[in-house]
Amino acid sequence: MSLTVRDLRVVFHTGRGLVWAVDGVDLDVGPGEVVGLVGESGSGKSVTLRAIARLLHSHADTTGQVRWRGQELLTLSEPAMEQIRGGQIGMVFQEPMAALNPVLSIGLQIDEVLVAHTDLDAKARRRRALELLDQVGIAAGAARLGQFAHEFSGGMRQRAMIAIALAANPQLLLADEPTTALDVTIQDQILRLLLRLKDELGMALLLVTHDLGVVAETCDRVAVMYAGRICETGTVRDVFRKPHHAYTQALLRAMPSENTGEDFDEHARLVPIPGMAPRLDAPSPGCAFTPRCTVTEPRCGVERPVLLVEGDRTSACYARDRL
Amino acid sequence: MRGRLALGFGCLLLGLMLAFAAFPDWIAPMDPLAFDYEALIAPPSAAHLLGTDQFGRDMLSRIISASRVDLQIAFFAMIGPLLIGSLIGLTVGWFGGLADVLFGRLADLVVTFPFLVLIIAIVAVLGPGLTNMYIAVACVGWVSYMRLMRGEVRVQRGQDYVAAGRVLGFSTWRIVWRHVLPNSLRPVLVYAVTDMALVLLLGSSLGYLGLGAQPPEAEWGVLIADGKNFFTTAPWISLGPGIAIVAAGLGFSLVGDGLANLLDVKR
Amino acid sequence: MFVLARLLPGDPVSAMLGDRATDATVDRLTAQLGLDQSIPVQLLQFLGGAVQGRFGDSIAYHIPVTQLIADRLPATLTLTGLSMVIALVLAVPLAFVAALQADRWPDLIIRGVFQVGLSTPIFYVGLLLLTVFAAWLGLFPVGGYGDTVLEHLWHLFLPALTLAFSFAAVLMRSLRGAILSVLNAEFVDFARAKGIRQRLILFRHVLRNALIATVSLIGLNVGSLLGGAVITESVFAVPGVGRLMVDSIFARDYPVIQALTLALAVLVSLAFLLTDIVQMALDPRVGR
Repeated sequence: MSLTVRDLRVVFHTGRGLVWAVDGVDLDVGPGEVVGLVGESGSGKSVTLRAIARLLHSHADTTGQVRWRGQELLTLSEPAMEQIRGGQIGMVFQEPMAALNPVLSIGLQIDEVLVAHTDLDAKARRRRALELLDQVGIAAGAARLGQFAHEFSGGMRQRAMIAIALAANPQLLLADEPTTALDVTIQDQILRLLLRLKDELGMALLLVTHDLGVVAETCDRVAVMYAGRICETGTVRDVFRKPHHAYTQALLRAMPSENTGEDFDEHARLVPIPGMAPRLDAPSPGCAFTPRCTVTEPRCGVERPVLLVEGDRTSACYARDRL
Repeated sequence: MRGRLALGFGCLLLGLMLAFAAFPDWIAPMDPLAFDYEALIAPPSAAHLLGTDQFGRDMLSRIISASRVDLQIAFFAMIGPLLIGSLIGLTVGWFGGLADVLFGRLADLVVTFPFLVLIIAIVAVLGPGLTNMYIAVACVGWVSYMRLMRGEVRVQRGQDYVAAGRVLGFSTWRIVWRHVLPNSLRPVLVYAVTDMALVLLLGSSLGYLGLGAQPPEAEWGVLIADGKNFFTTAPWISLGPGIAIVAAGLGFSLVGDGLANLLDVKR
Repeated sequence: MFVLARLLPGDPVSAMLGDRATDATVDRLTAQLGLDQSIPVQLLQFLGGAVQGRFGDSIAYHIPVTQLIADRLPATLTLTGLSMVIALVLAVPLAFVAALQADRWPDLIIRGVFQVGLSTPIFYVGLLLLTVFAAWLGLFPVGGYGDTVLEHLWHLFLPALTLAFSFAAVLMRSLRGAILSVLNAEFVDFARAKGIRQRLILFRHVLRNALIATVSLIGLNVGSLLGGAVITESVFAVPGVGRLMVDSIFARDYPVIQALTLALAVLVSLAFLLTDIVQMALDPRVGR
């Protein structure tokens, strides 16, 4: 494994008390692997990603282990962490318009990554920037380098952000809902682009999304998150064919089936998940999904199911065998 | 929490100033106009807590008696612009049209002139003195209140309750006077408190320049001007009035900020 | 200003000459100032003259008003320019400290000091600095303007510092707010995700965006700086237009006051224009 996350916990100190956003997450990403981290908004998946890259602000307490190629990231010094961020681990955000600095040219925003992580001189950096734009499919790169984010279209902005993230040839790309803000047609282009670049550069990809369709299309393995905890993990094929957690099953039933793999039951009706996303300021002693679950048993609400390992799958649900 | 603390401190300062202004004879240790030839330009002592000026007048007593004039300045230099500006803002904000455009342009024109320079120019025409200063401030200061009021009224005009009032057959007069005005007034009043700090500083500055309150009327700015020739040798003459201005200004601005926070008024 | 002055009660001629003036003197001056004409005619004459740059002669100095103002303007411009620089030098780092330490002690102290600064009249700040640094410590000249450019700056430092104080307070307050909101912007997180230095993020990504939000405020405050210059120049005896303004009032030099008021308004308009240009240069989203 190149990235190993163990018992990751993030607590936010807010004006109205504590919020347990990430509550003991275990996660593995192997070299060259594409792992999907899937869940509803507020499930803690984006916070997990930011905690891995240590991007959370000072009002967040992060504990646990994040091992990257044998190095513990959570205790690393800030300068050493800066070397890894953008160097070995690249990151793509959800909303390119917000993530790109509005008043700095795209060229400068690519260049500063190269300045930080390579020894290239100005000329070579410019050549590299042009090469990157070409790689992510932005034509007329020389003219584009001097332009600003507002002069790009939505898809082009996302391509530019990917170019920035890949500038220093990272071995792992953390992508936080990279297609959510885009039109459907462009979503597909960007996903294909990410997969192609992953193969070309031989890097691993940790993809955070709320869209099971995206997971089915792109990922090797998937981890399902609910209320700051991992429900289950496994290969996409296994999990989609036979979920081991009631929440995963509910999620799969709530999405149209043609995206979910070739063997899925095509006649199943869409079943929305009842109830609302859980509050994170008062974690339940049991499984957080209990109030919305249709297959509960008495112990679900009081005793938290532990994550059971079974071959290359893990799951934390008492109803696993009844699903 | 700290916001409340600042507001409390501001109220305390203002309360002190109000007490000075309300009962100067009571609080002041001696007659502010009494000459003490035994103690000319005397440094602070037990007899004269803040020292005396070149005529031996007790500085503390003079400062306390001057507080009445300065608080008057803070009030009168605020109320004129407030009334004129709010009335214009209410009218043009509600009715719009040509008057709105004209007053908008006039406001644009007025703000191109540096505030203080325009005030001084008008005072120059009218002649120095407090009354003329109030007139000058009213001529210039209405702009901020008009803009503020106009903006609020435009917002209120689009609210559902106005349409509901119309449907119920209320007269325009009644809707504006009973509903729109009270709802628009809050930010205006909060601004007015902060504005009192600004006009207090303005008034004392004009007093210092000799354009505001005229001696022998005791006003903090005038007191400082009186003492400025002795500033290096007898700093206490000017120091006391200065601290009084800072305290009063701080009081108004802290209370203004505190109210803005408390009432959730955006600046 | 012209219209305001005419519409208000009070007669400039009697204000100028005082109560003891003879009727003949009053008539002569009235005619000399063109005040015997009707108000619209006066306005046209004044505006016509103003367009051609004719403002008449100063009553006190007996030279053309335009020349008088031109002689005095450099000192005022240097003073306001210098104070703007000082205010920025003070406000930018302090705003950073305050924003990065938001609601902790350094922030509270910085904001507290500036709050007191905002409540202190300019002339008083001036008197304090004058006494401590010029009179007691002898570090700076007590007043005046000097002869060479270096001397000008030397003489104007304390006045500029005086003037800068309240402006720095306004600037700091706004910049602190802007920095706080920019620090929460997504592009700052993305910049951190790129692994570039903290300092570079602050200066390149945060400061630039925060300054853009503050530039318009700088333009809007040029008027109060010029107003403050009137007071500061009086305290420090700087031979600029501000002091000229106050002197002219006591000399009842009406043409000077009128022309000066207009000239300062033109300066403010120029500052607004300059602000727009700077804004355009800093912010690629504006114009182009």
